[in-house]
Amino acid sequence: MNALNHGESQSPKSASWNVGDMIFKYLTSFFAALVLLLIALMAYEMYSSSSLSIQKFGWGFLIGTEWDPVMDQYGALPFVYGTLVSSFIALVLALPVGLGVAIFLTELAPKWIERPLSFTIELLAGIPSIVYGLWGFFVMVPWIRTTVEPFLSKYLGSIPLFAGAPYGVGMLAAGIILSIMILPIISSISRDVLKAVPIAQKEAALALGSTRWESTRIALSYSRSGIMGATILGLGRAFGETMAVTMVIGNRPVISASLFEPGYTMASVLANEFTEATSEMYISALIEIALVLFVVALLVNAAARLLVWSFTRNSDVGGRL
Amino acid sequence: MEKRDIERKPFMTVPTQPGTMNDQSNKIKITAENINCYFGKVHALKNISFTIPENKVVAIIGPSGCGKSTFLRSINRMHELVPDSRIMGKLALDGEDIYAMDAVVVRKRIGMVFQKPNPFPTMSIFDNVAAGLRMNGMRDKKKLTEIVEKSLQQAALWSEVKDSLSKSGVSLSGGQQQRLCIARTLAVSPEVILMDEPASALDPISTAKIEELIYELKREYTIAIVTHNMQQAARVSDYTAFFYMGELIEYDVTKKIFTVPAKKQTEDYITGRFG
Amino acid sequence: MKTIFFRYRKIKNVGMYALCVASVLVALVPLMLIFYHTISHGLEALSVNFFTQLPKPVGEPGGGLGNAIVGTLILVGLGSLIGLPIGIFSGVYLSEFGNNKFGMIVRFMTDVLNGVPSIVTGVVAYTIVVLPAKHFSAYAGGFALGILMIPIVTRTTEEMLKTVPNSYREAALALGIPQWKTTLRIIIPSAIGGIVTGVMLAVARAAGETAPLLFTALNNRFWHTTLDQPIASLTVFIYNYGVSPFEDWIAQAWAGALVLILLILFLSVAVRFATRQRF
Repeated sequence: MNALNHGESQSPKSASWNVGDMIFKYLTSFFAALVLLLIALMAYEMYSSSSLSIQKFGWGFLIGTEWDPVMDQYGALPFVYGTLVSSFIALVLALPVGLGVAIFLTELAPKWIERPLSFTIELLAGIPSIVYGLWGFFVMVPWIRTTVEPFLSKYLGSIPLFAGAPYGVGMLAAGIILSIMILPIISSISRDVLKAVPIAQKEAALALGSTRWESTRIALSYSRSGIMGATILGLGRAFGETMAVTMVIGNRPVISASLFEPGYTMASVLANEFTEATSEMYISALIEIALVLFVVALLVNAAARLLVWSFTRNSDVGGRL
Repeated sequence: MEKRDIERKPFMTVPTQPGTMNDQSNKIKITAENINCYFGKVHALKNISFTIPENKVVAIIGPSGCGKSTFLRSINRMHELVPDSRIMGKLALDGEDIYAMDAVVVRKRIGMVFQKPNPFPTMSIFDNVAAGLRMNGMRDKKKLTEIVEKSLQQAALWSEVKDSLSKSGVSLSGGQQQRLCIARTLAVSPEVILMDEPASALDPISTAKIEELIYELKREYTIAIVTHNMQQAARVSDYTAFFYMGELIEYDVTKKIFTVPAKKQTEDYITGRFG
Repeated sequence: MKTIFFRYRKIKNVGMYALCVASVLVALVPLMLIFYHTISHGLEALSVNFFTQLPKPVGEPGGGLGNAIVGTLILVGLGSLIGLPIGIFSGVYLSEFGNNKFGMIVRFMTDVLNGVPSIVTGVVAYTIVVLPAKHFSAYAGGFALGILMIPIVTRTTEEMLKTVPNSYREAALALGIPQWKTTLRIIIPSAIGGIVTGVMLAVARAAGETAPLLFTALNNRFWHTTLDQPIASLTVFIYNYGVSPFEDWIAQAWAGALVLILLILFLSVAVRFATRQRF
């Protein structure tokens, strides 16, 4: 049997009729497909389980401010607000520090410091959320209540951001604990991104007579999109963070301009109220919040990965970050 | 095994007419007919046609990128590992179409030794040689030991490793590792052995050992060897094929190729005018 | 020519780098504080009893969180049943066959899965496992944890398999060994150290999770009897005790946090050590 005739081309892999190979390939690709199926299943389940509340409130769910389980009226804006604000604070605090750490590790640190130091900072990423919460509530919050907030109140108390009595727990505490938690993500990805900047760029800057810091600035602007990706990833992590935030944010669905006031995030309300939800509508509303979280995390992650991925593609650095 | 002085070995001659496609006196082991190979849009092999006689050594020479490795790999279908590769034409082993057979079967009958020695890192010397047999189901300890010893002897490595068979395969020197890979290939009893620059990563002494080995092996096996070292080709082979830019320029008895080549390109390459 | 502007730039140079050093210090302070407080508060309540006894009712001193430790192990074990096969096989697919569109999509989605908040996986496990069964169970908790483990194992498996040089694959194929045997018996064993690393990382992550267990495995003050019921876990206990008004419980929460941190620290260091050996 001649499988080849002159002029007929043959596709490579299909030439092996080995049964074992085919089973192996299909088996492994089945499991790979399971990942896709899983995500689709998750989306479907949450969507269908929240259909009650989706139907009743529609898009108004996201901008409604009344969260009233007694009357079965649900508006998620306080939680969306809480999530956004706490994450934003976290970003504002973590970005400069994370970048500073990344710059230190790539530009300043001698070899013998760099490895152990980056490992140590990575340890921050391994600490479980509940431990952050415990420490946050028993150590950090008292410190905020007795030191930070009075300080801010005294000097900046006229700004609405810092108005009100120092509770300790509240939006500020949540923002601070979140910033510590997302710091390692931002610093490690920024470090990888900065390392990927071609030496030629920095040398060119130095040869033009710039100071080291100025050449670092050039490296930073070169890796802009990668750093933005790191930031967005950190943001994504902050959005979904549950336990640490729950223990320090005060868990009251209020929207307030002051950072001293307590707040509530989407993840926290799920953690606190899910087991106490009595009516179908209540559960449906909660699951809808989970759905919103899921979609937001999905979009944020997709955007961040695309950014980081396109950065490494364009700069001819192989591999993925 | 007797030590041979390789430098003074006479060029191998064939008692009958030079081996071209029309040669009927030697049994033909491998036939290539109008082989064309593409990688994507690149036409890597152009209308290659020649035969490899049984129990002879054929050397394939040519400058870098001329397609000699590609052709070698098409014989045991290793080029299929490259995505987007296509091959046209006919390749036959004892008259059977290589591309119609199961690739796994083809590779058991046609073995390959690579440029850089690659013994399996997680296995001992014994396990390395036995790998091909074990993976194909052979369990009989006694038989495995027999075959491993025989293969290591054929590969001229037995005396050096017989007391340390359980040592890791990668603990040997480069030359020894390559002979280990040869033993591993021999263990599955192939009919043909393809060698892709087997000595180019080795020191001169190991290279000489490998060349001696080839001379001994051809008694039982058919060998095709790709080499960029012309002196090596002249030393070990019966026939030589000269490839250039994907085409087979000339194919003849080795002595003839290296003394009175028929094509000018061949002569230019041999005499070092390019390469 | 030293102009004022030049000196300004010089000062700025030093200043900015000083800020970088400062940020490193700022980053290290919370880390050290967390360890310090966890260790100091945790050691107070830590004893052999902690590991072997059940929680005592409110007001009674003593007792331990033995059931919680066992519960965490069980939950992580259940999660591994889902997370490891899917993760490893997907990783194998991506490494050996995955250079195509489908592979790209799977890789992307795996990264996306990695970013899904853990509480969301808890909600999903609730809808898929708890609702139909009409009760909470260890299975539900294990399911939620398994989802979290998949992306870590997939990514590590793929990367470790990719570091195995192609020459070994070629050598094996050239011997007439079919691809599936090559992968299973030669390539995977070569990379097994790295794959185990990925598994340990996934286990560390799963062990430290609280949110997905809150409404799946719930909690349980007794030793587990069956997997079909709520089960205790270290993390949920730490949470429940931590937000309680009882000093005794709070002390135990710190002890639990200490155990948790030590476990995860141990796993992280082991992972670092294992991968360092390779290079």
